This record gives sequence, structure tokens and C-alpha cells, in this order.
Amino acid sequence: MNLLGATVWSPYMAGAGIGILLCLSLLLSNRVFGCSAAFTGVAGMIESLFRGRKAVEEKPYFREFPLRVEWQWFFVFGIVIGALMSTILSGTFAISWIPPAFALSFGDNSLTRLIIALCGGILVGLGARWAWGCPSSHGISGIPQLSLAGFIAVACMFAVGIGTAFLVFRVLL
Amino acid sequence: MSANLHENKRVHLLFGLIFGIGFGFLLQKGGVTSYDVIIGQLLLTDFTVLKLMLSAVIVAMIGLHLLKYLGLVEFHLFRGSVGSTVIGGCIFGIGFAILGFCPGTLAGAVGTGQMDALLGGVVGMLIGTGLFAHLFPEINRRFMDRGVFPADSLPELLRQPAWAVVLVMVLMMAGFLYILENSGI
Repeated sequence: MNLLGATVWSPYMAGAGIGILLCLSLLLSNRVFGCSAAFTGVAGMIESLFRGRKAVEEKPYFREFPLRVEWQWFFVFGIVIGALMSTILSGTFAISWIPPAFALSFGDNSLTRLIIALCGGILVGLGARWAWGCPSSHGISGIPQLSLAGFIAVACMFAVGIGTAFLVFRVLL
Repeated sequence: MSANLHENKRVHLLFGLIFGIGFGFLLQKGGVTSYDVIIGQLLLTDFTVLKLMLSAVIVAMIGLHLLKYLGLVEFHLFRGSVGSTVIGGCIFGIGFAILGFCPGTLAGAVGTGQMDALLGGVVGMLIGTGLFAHLFPEINRRFMDRGVFPADSLPELLRQPAWAVVLVMVLMMAGFLYILENSGI
């Protein structure tokens, strides 16, 4: 109980737990972790509210990856619930609008943060689908399977991420 | 396998929910649902993300290869390319540093009450992934088959047995974590 209520665990312990969970996931549900495809599906569902289901289903992407409620939708929804449970158990759940490190560098206007997060989110979404995966699927799932695409995707994501962060936080600001 | 496909489908989706809850719980406990921690990693001042990822990878690499050796699982590998993996990874990297989350940690951040993650990040990701679906025929035709990688996996590329690559990788990653931990960062 003490452990579940702890604010933070050693990253080694949390990481090892994730590794065990991934093995169980492949064994019991024949799925590895991944998050970004579910976002495309939800985006397609939202689009079909405006343009009709049929118009969306006829898009080449959705002909290749059919629009339906999928394992990964539940997985991503589960991540939200799991993180919520963790903060409730440790008593650290709090509604916030601006991360402290962001406020330090960009000021504490929550609209600024919202717009920047929106722009970042667009690139993350586009890039994750373009590369057929995010750090969960290429990194946490792909690298343990010794996936070549996994190693290269994660290297690009982090190298460019580090370069962009240094440019923004160390050069521009 | 059960003849009742409907029942099976439900159990399958339930597993998705359960593994998601476990993953989100561990991401939050591991400290990586925080913008500050992820930006700290990209600025090389906080190595929590790397420590968590490498320990997950080490455990899963050994576990998955044991399960595969026992014939209990099959791997999910696919062939990458420069036009897909490298270009997509680079676009992702720029967004990663601007948003301060990857898709998984973004979902976790929503669960911890970070409204910028929900109203900025998630909405942005829906636009970005929707944009990809919309541009898919064009991107597919122009980029995806450029510079296809010569192999699906590292053992295939190096023409070495998987166990040898696993051994070397695990030793390298564990050694790296040991040095990182003792360097005082």
C-alpha cells in the first residue's frame, strides 16, 4: 500500500515493470505497446461526424487500416486511467495548465502554452504516423524485438528532439 | 481458441485496457508523465526517461526472446525505410521538444490533470494524425519506399544469432546505466 501511494518510484523499478507488462501483453493479447495509431482512428471517427462515415472509410488510409474500435484505443484510454489512479493513490492529482519548466522559460500565460502544445502535438501526430510508430511502439516495443526500424526511429526522434530542445531553450531563449 | 468470437473480441479489448492501465500507472510512478522531466531529458539535465526506457527495454528484450524461444509468441517486426522511419522520426523529434511529451506520456499527463496536454497536445495529435491519414496516398507514393532498410531486425542485418545480439545489447545497455548512475547525474 505504501508503494502504491508513493509519489515517485525509481525509474529502474517502473521501467522493469513496463518490460514485464510488455511481455505479458504479447503473450496474452498478441499485441505490443503503441499509441499513435489510435489517435488516427479517433481523428477518423471525429471526421466522420462531419463528412459521414462512408466518406472517411473510402479514404485510402482507412481502406488499408479499417476504422473500428481497436485494442489500442482501450490501451491509450487505459494509460489515462492508470496515470489518474497513480496520482490519486499518492494524493498528487491536480489540475494544471502550465508546466513549471515551461513557465520559467516562456512566462506563465496558459494560452501561450496551449498554442505551443497544439503545434507540437500536430508535429508529433504527423511524425509518429509517418514513421509508423512513436517511442512506445518503436522504442519500448520495437527495440526489445531488435527491430532495425525501432533503433533508427528512436535515434532520430531523440537526436532531433535534443537538437530542437537545445535550439529553443539554449539558443533562442 | 474459443468459437465465440464476440466473447474473444471483448476479452482482447479488455486486455488492452488492463495493459494500458498498468503502463499509465508505471509511466506516472516512474516520473515521465511530467513535461519538466521530458524536457530535462532532451536538455540532458535529467536522465529519468533514459533510465526508465533502458530498464524496460532490457527486461523486455530478455523476456520476449525467452517467450519466442519457448514458441509462445511471435514477433511483430516490419521493414522501415529512410523515407518513412527517418523522415517521420525527425518530424516527430521537432514536435517532441515543442510539446514536451510523446503520445504515451501525453495520455499519462492527461490522467494527472495537465490540461495543456489534453486541450493542446491531444487536440494537436488528432489534427496531426488526421492530417497524415488525409495526405497518406501522397506521402506513401513520394516517401515511404525511399531507401528501404536492408533488414527487419538487427540479427538479420548483422547475420548473427539473436541470442548473441541480445547478450551484447543487454551488457551494453546495463553498462551504460551503471556508468550513468555512477557519474552523479
